[in-house]
Amino acid sequence: MDHFPTNWGRPRNDAFDAYATYPIHQRPYNGPKDTFADGVQRTQQPIVTGTSVLAIKYKDGVMMAADNLASYGSLARFKDVQRLHQVGNYTVIGAGGDMSDFQYIQYILEELSIDEISAQDGHELGPIEIHEYMSQLMYARRSKMNPLWNSLLIGGFKDGKRFLSYVDLLGTTYSASTLATGYGAFIAQPLLRKAVEGREDVITEEEARKILEDSMRVLFYRDARSMNKFQIATISSAGVSISDSMQLETAWSFAENIRGYGAQTQ
Amino acid sequence: MISHGLTRLSLRVRGKLTCILTTMTSIGTGYDLSASTYSPDGRIFQVEYANKAVENSGTAIGLRVKDGVVLAVEKLIHSKLLVPGANRRIQTVDRHIGMASAGLLADSRKISQLARDSGAQTRKQWKEPLTVKALSDTVSWNAQTYTLYSSVRPFGVSTIFGGVDKSGPSLYIVEPSGVCLGYHGAAVGKGRQLAKTELEKLKLSELSMREAVMEAARIIYLVHDDNKEKEFELEMTWVGVESNDLHLPVPADLLEEAKKKAKDALETFE
Repeated sequence: MDHFPTNWGRPRNDAFDAYATYPIHQRPYNGPKDTFADGVQRTQQPIVTGTSVLAIKYKDGVMMAADNLASYGSLARFKDVQRLHQVGNYTVIGAGGDMSDFQYIQYILEELSIDEISAQDGHELGPIEIHEYMSQLMYARRSKMNPLWNSLLIGGFKDGKRFLSYVDLLGTTYSASTLATGYGAFIAQPLLRKAVEGREDVITEEEARKILEDSMRVLFYRDARSMNKFQIATISSAGVSISDSMQLETAWSFAENIRGYGAQTQ
Repeated sequence: MISHGLTRLSLRVRGKLTCILTTMTSIGTGYDLSASTYSPDGRIFQVEYANKAVENSGTAIGLRVKDGVVLAVEKLIHSKLLVPGANRRIQTVDRHIGMASAGLLADSRKISQLARDSGAQTRKQWKEPLTVKALSDTVSWNAQTYTLYSSVRPFGVSTIFGGVDKSGPSLYIVEPSGVCLGYHGAAVGKGRQLAKTELEKLKLSELSMREAVMEAARIIYLVHDDNKEKEFELEMTWVGVESNDLHLPVPADLLEEAKKKAKDALETFE
């Protein structure tokens, strides 16, 4: 018995087409429904984000830099986040984009490393394998319309060969002797190219460090999502080392001369 | 009355005799057909047979010392056609945990799979590495399950789990019955009696890892029966300060040194 008087005298279900008056492909579906079908949402934007990662090849291997900031929109939310992560004995992976997705990537790679260690087959994962794995993972996730919202630089040194390559949330990959993600791809990449291209086998460790520091300084001046606190990873025949956080000398005396916006009236 | 009492007495004596006989064979009594059946004197023969499978295998030992754990195995080589180093009996469970086993190698593979899954599960759920105690507990719980049903047989392996975790160096044995106990020195397999005697002579908690490697090699060479057995390979791994808390094979040069010392010690023994 339907206890709602408003329903009395009406068809029990408007959606039910008792006389098959609809064309088949339009016929109202009256079966069980997934109540939450409309409620499923994929990642549509990153939330807590890291900005640029820079990397270059130099004489002895690969050097990578990234700052320690994780922003929440324009808020500088977390200031002690390490965005360079060592995987195995030969590889560093640097991440821009969503930091929670990056943490998930770190977990996946940790599992992968332990599986490889326990196989005890005399093989170790190098940067080439890890880059290939990550590119497959990123592409698989974008194909599920549920990407891991990162752009990653993967650098390493194994068997006397240095390796540096990029992969992003679409699964796009490319390699070059200098790479930069995020804002750095616009601001720092031209500087890095000018400093490095053609000189990959000449640049010393100190020189490489200076190139990266200069680019990080420019990024700190220009990129509003950056921070003057960063780390540098070096990967060479000596293995992987990720520095402690450091700061750069900057000068802001020019700031008061800037005109055109802000509080000044002139 | 008296004669009746006597009859019962003699029956009991006969009952006891039968009991002693079954200890040796126990075949044909019907109580050994399933792991889910006790014998009238409270034993589970399938579990005891599983222990026999362990006793047929080359000795495995573990030493829990001051700053780490050393695992060593006497791996009997049943064919010269085998590639050297094949059929490893020491496996890595996690970065910081290794396991050495005696018994059916295929069963120990299943146990290592179980152990690794347990490590992955712990990392996923708690974001921290598995402890050796928790691991052996999980594995023993599983092994015990295999003593309860008629459709399965107990694991034919005794496994030594060794590793370094937040509570320091740990060493545990999981037996086919599902018993799990912690040890300073552990021995399973064919030569375990002699190995235990040798282990008891050591001051394990004062030994360094390097000293433990020497002792472990010596014990394995000592318990190996040259007359009865064929060739064997000495497998040895360690976890602790020497290996940066990773479960790794003992470095080749140190292993060679230990082997040489073990052979020398063998000549002067007894």
